[in-house]
Amino acid sequence: MSGDGCSLLGCGVEDEDRPHDMSEYAGAAARWCPGCGDHAVLTSVQRLLAEERLAPESTVFVSGIGCSSRFPHYLRTYGFHGLHGRALPVATGVKLERPDFDVFVVMGDGDCCSIGAGHWLHATRYNMDLTVLLLDNAIYGLTKDQTSPTTPQGFATKTQPKGSWLPPLNPLTTALGVTNASFVAQTAEWVPAHLYETLKAAYHHDGFSFVRILQRCPVWTPTIFQKAVKDSTSVEVLVHDEGVPAADLGRAFPNRIVHDPRDLHAARRLAEDTSRIRLGLLYRDPSAPRYEETRALPKHTAEERMRVLEAELDRYAV
Amino acid sequence: MDTAKAPVGDVPAPAATSRRAPRVLRVREHTVEIVSDSGEGAQKCGQIFGAVSAKMGNGVWTVEIIPAEIQPPARTPPGGSGNRVRIGVGPVTNGGDEANLVVAFNEQVLLGRHRLHAIADDAVILLDDVWSRHDDAEVRRQWEAGLLELGSKAYRIVPVPLEEESQKLVENPRKGKNMFALGVLCWIYGRDLDRAREQIAHQFRGKKDATAQNVALLDAGHAWADAHLDLRVDVPATPTDAAMVVTNGNEAIGMGAMAAGMSLCAMYPITPATSVSHYLGEAFDRAGGLLHQAEDEIAAAGVAIGASYAGRTAFTITSGPGLALKTEFLGLAVMTETPLVLVDVQRGGPSTGLPTKVEQSDLLAAMFGQPGDAPKVVLAPATIEECFHVMVTARRIAESFRVPVLVLSDANLATGVQPWPRPTPDAAWQAEPPELTAVAEGTKPYDWDGRLGLSRRVAPGTPGGMHTVTGLSHDERSKVAYDAETHARGCTMRSRKLAVLQQTLVPPTVVGPASGDLLVVGWGSTKGAIEEAADRARAEGLSVATLHLRFLSPLEPGLTEVFRRYRRVMTVEINYSDAPDDPFVTEENRRRGQLSMLLRSATLVDVDCWTLVRGEPLRPGQVLAAMRRRAQTGGGA
Repeated sequence: MSGDGCSLLGCGVEDEDRPHDMSEYAGAAARWCPGCGDHAVLTSVQRLLAEERLAPESTVFVSGIGCSSRFPHYLRTYGFHGLHGRALPVATGVKLERPDFDVFVVMGDGDCCSIGAGHWLHATRYNMDLTVLLLDNAIYGLTKDQTSPTTPQGFATKTQPKGSWLPPLNPLTTALGVTNASFVAQTAEWVPAHLYETLKAAYHHDGFSFVRILQRCPVWTPTIFQKAVKDSTSVEVLVHDEGVPAADLGRAFPNRIVHDPRDLHAARRLAEDTSRIRLGLLYRDPSAPRYEETRALPKHTAEERMRVLEAELDRYAV
Repeated sequence: MDTAKAPVGDVPAPAATSRRAPRVLRVREHTVEIVSDSGEGAQKCGQIFGAVSAKMGNGVWTVEIIPAEIQPPARTPPGGSGNRVRIGVGPVTNGGDEANLVVAFNEQVLLGRHRLHAIADDAVILLDDVWSRHDDAEVRRQWEAGLLELGSKAYRIVPVPLEEESQKLVENPRKGKNMFALGVLCWIYGRDLDRAREQIAHQFRGKKDATAQNVALLDAGHAWADAHLDLRVDVPATPTDAAMVVTNGNEAIGMGAMAAGMSLCAMYPITPATSVSHYLGEAFDRAGGLLHQAEDEIAAAGVAIGASYAGRTAFTITSGPGLALKTEFLGLAVMTETPLVLVDVQRGGPSTGLPTKVEQSDLLAAMFGQPGDAPKVVLAPATIEECFHVMVTARRIAESFRVPVLVLSDANLATGVQPWPRPTPDAAWQAEPPELTAVAEGTKPYDWDGRLGLSRRVAPGTPGGMHTVTGLSHDERSKVAYDAETHARGCTMRSRKLAVLQQTLVPPTVVGPASGDLLVVGWGSTKGAIEEAADRARAEGLSVATLHLRFLSPLEPGLTEVFRRYRRVMTVEINYSDAPDDPFVTEENRRRGQLSMLLRSATLVDVDCWTLVRGEPLRPGQVLAAMRRRAQTGGGA
């Protein structure tokens, strides 16, 4: 997403008039459970909006249905809280109509990886300039404890009480497997510094920036990342000059691996290996064609459109 | 051309020298069919013949004859492909009853039409007889059996050497017979050859060699007919000063969308709606519009809603199965009060049904498809001209009332070609982007006028107006609210808009006597056939009037009062209904035509129905027969 801070609408607004405090981007009070990872993501997003000084009137958050999809209500921007699984088509429409808007998409794992999986693949290929957050807590929380595509194998839920039958879907390899994927990153709600830096990098990427955010549901999946949370040495951080800055993580995350985010094959290999949790930017290709650019058309005035219409009628005239 | 007495299929072509001066049959209208195997181009022949006739000042209506398969086997009765072209002195509003003249490329595709009773008993049939001399004995056997079956009617079958003559000019006669046939038709109907050549050049624009070859075939067909045929048909043209355009219904929808200022169409390929996007794929680029082919029907609706939400009203086009998939998004557009235009070019259903054929079975799905109460507007254009103007109306209503508007066209309008008065688009029809002047922080995005249910839209981009729209039950501030009062009020406000819209509509016009024995009510593409049938019924002395609805949700005002002036009221529709005398069917359990169900509930008048689901446009003769039964006996199917 371009961070030039000057949308068509925002150009008239002096930068000094723009909000610059996180609280100025706060909407209604968040109603998620205490301890829910969504809170950390919301805070990071509000910080990003404030740091980037985005004009609230030309910023749109589109979401689907689920706990995390309440996200737009808690922001003082425009929001579209739509249908389960269908956030991406709506966001596509918003961006096609208003390429100058900053458009964010917030989805849960059921939303993105299950009911809306088809849209996810195609939106990745369209590579429109959207910042896309997958808030992945590996469970259907709002509807109270059903297995999701990312639920770990063997993890018991109300719909699969003997444990999830299948190995979980890997959102990273899936995203990296789609033609024209241009930005794939993974971060975690319990590492706020890394979360913020990842969102910032995603926002600044011109294209479909897909960020999978690992998080816990305090009610249904409080333990899934227990090991990683307790023992940060079990986490591997991807570092590179081109990647997400990780200096702030200090000594807490000593396990680092140098990974060049321009290397798609290396990214796929790292994503494939789920033996440990990896945080960082897996892949970025700023040169991938963007749909809204390919399809960009000169804006016609009403008079110009009328002229074309008359010419059309001429073609069919008797 | 007196072939009735000659042994069928064995008529020597008369030598040019022995030919009498052609007899000219002067008629007010004539219906021609051109049928071939799929891929032999009979459709192109029919389209050009229709366009030339329209340009000469005849009324024209064309109907496509389409096999359901892409490559149906050659020489099979169901595999026939082509066109019916009905031309008249004055305007022609429908495809008519039976063909008066047929050009058939083989006897099998002709049998297909014969078995559908599409050909008049006394029709002249120009049939390629090359098959009677075929090397394969099986083909010769089929020819003889076919001709025997056709002998049950008094058709006048004239052999025409389409294949042999075309072969003199092109290597593959399968790719040339159609233009040779066009030349023959142009001679019979006295069509202006220069116009035909122009039309060929238009059809094959950019392909110089193809144009030259096809013009040569046209000329050869014309010369052959001049030397060998002795019947000409004269349907006098009435050239008019009024500017006209010739399009099919889907092209009219595409142009109407541009006239309405809509600049984004999101769609997924589906028959028979797709040709709107074929048209827009070219035209929209020039007009600064965007045709987005989405990954599926659901996404197409979502993209259109997202774009509408963010700016100018967008539209999506689909057919039955796609309408089903868009159901949830339509409910969301109702709930969020997002303007949207959805065009459903109806086809036969249920399920995949009859993809290429006509039906009017989506009315109730369009109105009631959404779970929960989802009031929205449903319009149905009745003519190709109305396909254009309905788009302007639909966009206006969608924005003024913040509501999705469904436009129900059908395969009959989509593929029918007709000349219609050239519209004079008004710059005021062009939709301007929504008002984005700053509003006070806290402005309610659903600031409903308690009486009207209407509210000002606060579109993204409006400083101060930030809010989140939601498909959840919400209050005037768009805050999620589950309480009883808020939910009931939201439902009332969304419904009230339809009542308000209905109050602004003019009562429908009755054609025929203001009171009498029978009122026939129709909707959509059947208008021409119904009104022609009623004309004939009145000529027979029956007291029959007709009324055609364009607004189906809300229904046009004053219907109850109109209905009470007739002894019987009946809908005529192309959808399913039980016949009253079907086994097990009673007055109570009878499933009726979709419009008749709506009218019964809205007016409490005992509205009967007569419907067909044969996948074909209604023929005026069929409707007339139904009118006679109802008007005279007052009952029965």
